[in-house]
Parts: sequence; structure tokens; C-alpha cells
Amino acid sequence: MRLEEHPILKFDRGPRVTIYFEGKPIVAYEGETVAAALHAAGVYHLSDSQEQHRPRGFFCAIGQCSSCMMVVDGMPNVKTCIVKVKDGMSVQVQRGKGDLGWSIEK
Amino acid sequence: MLKVTGIPTTEDVAGVTPPIERLEKGPCAVIECYQKIPCNPCATSCPFGAIVRDNDINELPVIDWEICTGCAICVVNCPGLAIFTVDLSKPGKAMIKLPYEYLPLPQVGEIVDAVDRGGEVVGEAKITKVQEGKAFDRTRLVWLEVPREQAMIVRHFRQKE
Amino acid sequence: MEHREIVVVGGGPAGLCAALQAARLGAKVLLLEGDDRLGGQLIKQTHMFFGSEKQHAGTRGVDISAMLVKELKSMDNVEIRTNAMVIGRYDDGALTVDENDEFKLIYPEKVVFATGASEKMLMFANNDLPGVYGAGAVQTLMNVFGVMPAKKVLMVGAGNIGLIVSYQLMQAGVEIAAILDAGPQIGGYLVHASKIRRAGVPILTRHSVKEAIGTDMVEAAVITQLDESWQPIEGTEKTIECDAICLAVGLSPFADLFWQAGCEMKFIPELGGHVPSRDENMETSIEGIYLAGDVGGIEEASAAMVEGYLAGLNAAVSLGYGLAEAEGLRADLKDQLNDLRSGPVGDKIRSGLAKLQDD
Repeated sequence: MRLEEHPILKFDRGPRVTIYFEGKPIVAYEGETVAAALHAAGVYHLSDSQEQHRPRGFFCAIGQCSSCMMVVDGMPNVKTCIVKVKDGMSVQVQRGKGDLGWSIEK
Repeated sequence: MLKVTGIPTTEDVAGVTPPIERLEKGPCAVIECYQKIPCNPCATSCPFGAIVRDNDINELPVIDWEICTGCAICVVNCPGLAIFTVDLSKPGKAMIKLPYEYLPLPQVGEIVDAVDRGGEVVGEAKITKVQEGKAFDRTRLVWLEVPREQAMIVRHFRQKE
Repeated sequence: MEHREIVVVGGGPAGLCAALQAARLGAKVLLLEGDDRLGGQLIKQTHMFFGSEKQHAGTRGVDISAMLVKELKSMDNVEIRTNAMVIGRYDDGALTVDENDEFKLIYPEKVVFATGASEKMLMFANNDLPGVYGAGAVQTLMNVFGVMPAKKVLMVGAGNIGLIVSYQLMQAGVEIAAILDAGPQIGGYLVHASKIRRAGVPILTRHSVKEAIGTDMVEAAVITQLDESWQPIEGTEKTIECDAICLAVGLSPFADLFWQAGCEMKFIPELGGHVPSRDENMETSIEGIYLAGDVGGIEEASAAMVEGYLAGLNAAVSLGYGLAEAEGLRADLKDQLNDLRSGPVGDKIRSGLAKLQDD
């Protein structure tokens, strides 16, 4: 949910854009992070841990804790708490380490 | 105890309460600041020089109640929202001005639940004024009317559902 | 590769003031900030600041940030670059920078690291569930992006951050289930505690969170009372319904760059952990590397700003700027720091700084 009224602050939101979470369109505003837009839309489960596949969400908001890493436009391990939304962006829950589509072994 | 619960004791409050005779003359600031912290906007904002912090910003503020006019400028300038004004000049009633930084704002004439320092409802209060303006910098000054005996008890309010 | 006079790393309260003071004396300053916004923690502070006029007491943190940034942007001898994260400092003096995903090398003559601090974590079962947040993250969501972090929050920590963030949550319309603190007393300013308490929020000292409950996200928390040796008292567990648990259990200085540079470091618990040694001019054991703010010891933002001015002043003076006014300015800034630290709430920082000098 977004705050529309605040006793002290005014929120200057950028132009409205659309991002796609697991294919579903979500309203976002330019200048905000992917995680903030997802949060506003009620999406809290952002990734699954590698070993135990436990749900992980937003924690530090400064790109340090790795809890919010998602697959963004096909790229895994994107820290969605600091990466800004772009119109048409596709975002998916990251399961485990993520797949770059290639490896040194291959 | 204040340091454990966040609620000042009756002794704490007694130590900062102006004399009844002063309050009966008209509004007067009650500075509910009990901890030495580095802070002085109460003293620097007072247009009458009624509040002094004794050259050390860590000392507790000292107010001269005879100089204080109850203008409430310190109320909206105190970073801790720890200053109120109390006025016992109307018979049977107490007027309290308190700083308020939440939404929605109450309406003049609205009857609200009167709340004490511990967050408990202790009765009802009538909103008589809601002041805001550039000099207030978004801290609203809400005027409450409560029964006289609650002048030093009511410090917050809750709007009815 | 670029060569610069003074580079300030970090655009929070300490870094902004360091850049300002150095630039006011005429030095050419480059300010690097990893985020895309300047202001650091200041832009999330809705409350009026404590301290005295010189640290903008009575002005809200978010407005102090705007004032400082405005002055910096008006100066011709200041360049500000955001989205520019300093990721290393090498023996030849080079700073390595990730700027908008491009790798850059910058050689400063003097550098001020004002990199701030990161939040500490707390151990309890299921602390990795979505809905367990650091207090700073909650502030970013609601005060920068205007997004409600939750409906009902359990706050852990009654220091100034826990109290202030609880108040900010209430301003955003979020309910606070309770504020817990493991210690026997409220650690933050009592005026903050009182304003939250009168709004009906219980503050429970000697309490901690034992477990978060929920499958996909936090649905409740189990809290427990602690005894005098900080151990959980069996049988005191209570379940509190909430959809978020917010942790405000202290900060650790972000001192990586000092480590990498090889600055002398000391472990001072009162300052928040490992911090660089420094002289009274805020210069570390390596000439030309200065520090300011929380990275040198966790303190209020007012002190961080004054330290910033002091570090910026000394970096500029070391290059020959502002020699005429330096002494007066320096004395005034040191007086300000003394004023901020001399009272009872400055005990911790004073003993930490004393230890730094002693060893």
C-alpha cells in the first residue's frame, strides 16, 4: 500500500510505469526501487534460500544483505532493494543461486 | 519509572508543575523534560527569554513562569514534543495546548477521548482550536478543553471511531 | 584515471558537511555517493533535531539535508556524483569506483571516508522470514518511497532508532504492537519514549523476541522476558500478532575501506565495533585519510555533521586552504562536539573515545 497523506512528508513520485512480477502487471513509479514497488503491491516473498529453500524478503534496503536478490529481465542476483524500476521490466522470484545460462564447466 | 516505562512519575510531574495561582492567571508552559540531553531549541525559540539552559545545552531547561506568556512557540519547537501549555483561568475548566504530528487532524468542536501520559483514556476532551502555519513547521498545536482536575493528567487524545 | 584534490566518500550528514566545509575554504571537492540520492539517513528523519542552532536543532532531518545539498550544489568548486560507490582503496592512493556500472580509478590528494554504518542482526528462530526488517529499511520504504511497510509492527530495540522509527511508523498510520528492549532501561531519549508511550504503545524493557511465526511471511512473534543476566525466563513467552518485526538493535561502522587502506583499527564496543584510530583533526594513521561520522563511532547525526565539518576543514587546511580562519573554525567545531558529548547521554561515546586515545 502507498502512503498518500503524511503529516510531515510529501512524496514526489515519478511518472507511472508498469513492471511485471511473474508475468503479472504491477504499478510502479520511476525513481523507486523494484523492492519498494513490489512491497506496495503486497509482494513480500522475493527469493528462496539456496539450501533450505526458505522464503526471503526485503531486509536492509542498502544492497548489503542479499535477501532481496531476484531475477530481473532474465538476470539473476539483482539486488532489488537498490535497483530502480524501468517500464516493462520483468521480475521473478529467484530460486536458489540463479542461472546465468552458462557455466565455466560447459 | 520513566527510564523503564517512558511514563514520568507523579513526583517527576510535580517538579515541573507551575504554581496553581500562576496557571489561574492564564496559559503557561509546562516543560516535561526530565533527562539531560544536548538540546536547546526551547530556550532559543522563546521570544520572551523565559527559558534558560544555563550556558550548557545539556542542562535541563529552567523556565520563569512569570515571564512566560503561554504563547506556545516553544511547544511547536521542542524536538522532543515535551512541552505543553496549561491554562486554568476559566472556572472549572483547563485549556491544554499540545503538539501534534499525526493525521487525520481533529476538527474544532470535536469530542475526543482524553489520554494520559501512559496512553490510557481518562475522560473526554473538546477540541477548541487546531493551529498550524509556516512558523509551526508542520507540528500542529491542538487546543483541548478538559475538566480542571485533569489539567496535569491529560497529555494526548484519541479520536473516536 | 582522474586526479582530485579532496574526495569525500559518502553523502550522508558527515560527508555533506565535510564536502561543504572543505569547499567553503576554497578546496576543489568531489563528493561520491553510492546511492542515487544524497542525504543518507537524514532524508528519512521526520523529527526536529536536537542539539543547538549550529547543528540546525529544531529543524527536521529531511530539511537539514535539503539545505546542505542546496548549498553544495551552488558551489562551483564542488562536483557531486551519485550512483558512484567506492569499492576499494589501494596502496598507491587510488580509489576504485563503481559508477553507474562503470569501473573508474580516482586519485585524491586527500580523502574523507564518511561511509556510515550498517544495521546489526539479532539471532532468533525464523529471523530470515519476509517481514523481518532492519529499522533503516522500514524508514526507506515509508519515508523515501512512501510505501507502508506493514500494518502492525513489533519493534525490537528502545534506543533512539527504535523509538524514532516507531514514531515514524505511527505517523505513517502503522500500529506498533510493542517496543522491546533487552536492557533494563530505555536506551534512547526519554522524550521520544514518552511521546510514543502516551500514544498507547507499550515499552517492554528486559524483553526480547524469541521466534518469528509464519510460513511465507511474519504472522506473529513470540516474545520473552529476560533475567538480570539477559537470559530468557522460561514460562514468560507471549505471542504477539504482527505482520512485521523491525530490528533496531544497534549499528556497526562500515569500516571496510579503512581496513583495506591499512589504517590502524581498534575494537571499541562503545563506538560500535572496529573503528579507525584518529588524531584530533580526524586524520587516521595514514596521512591524507580522514574520517567523519558513524564510521568512526556510532553517534547522533548532529555529531556526525560537526565531525564532517572538522574533517573537511582539516583536509582543506592540509592543502593550504583557509589558513587564516582555520584556527577559529577548528576551536568552534571542537567546542560544539564537546557540548554534544559532555552530558550524561554522551557517557558512552566519551568513554569510547577515551579508550581510543588510551591504548
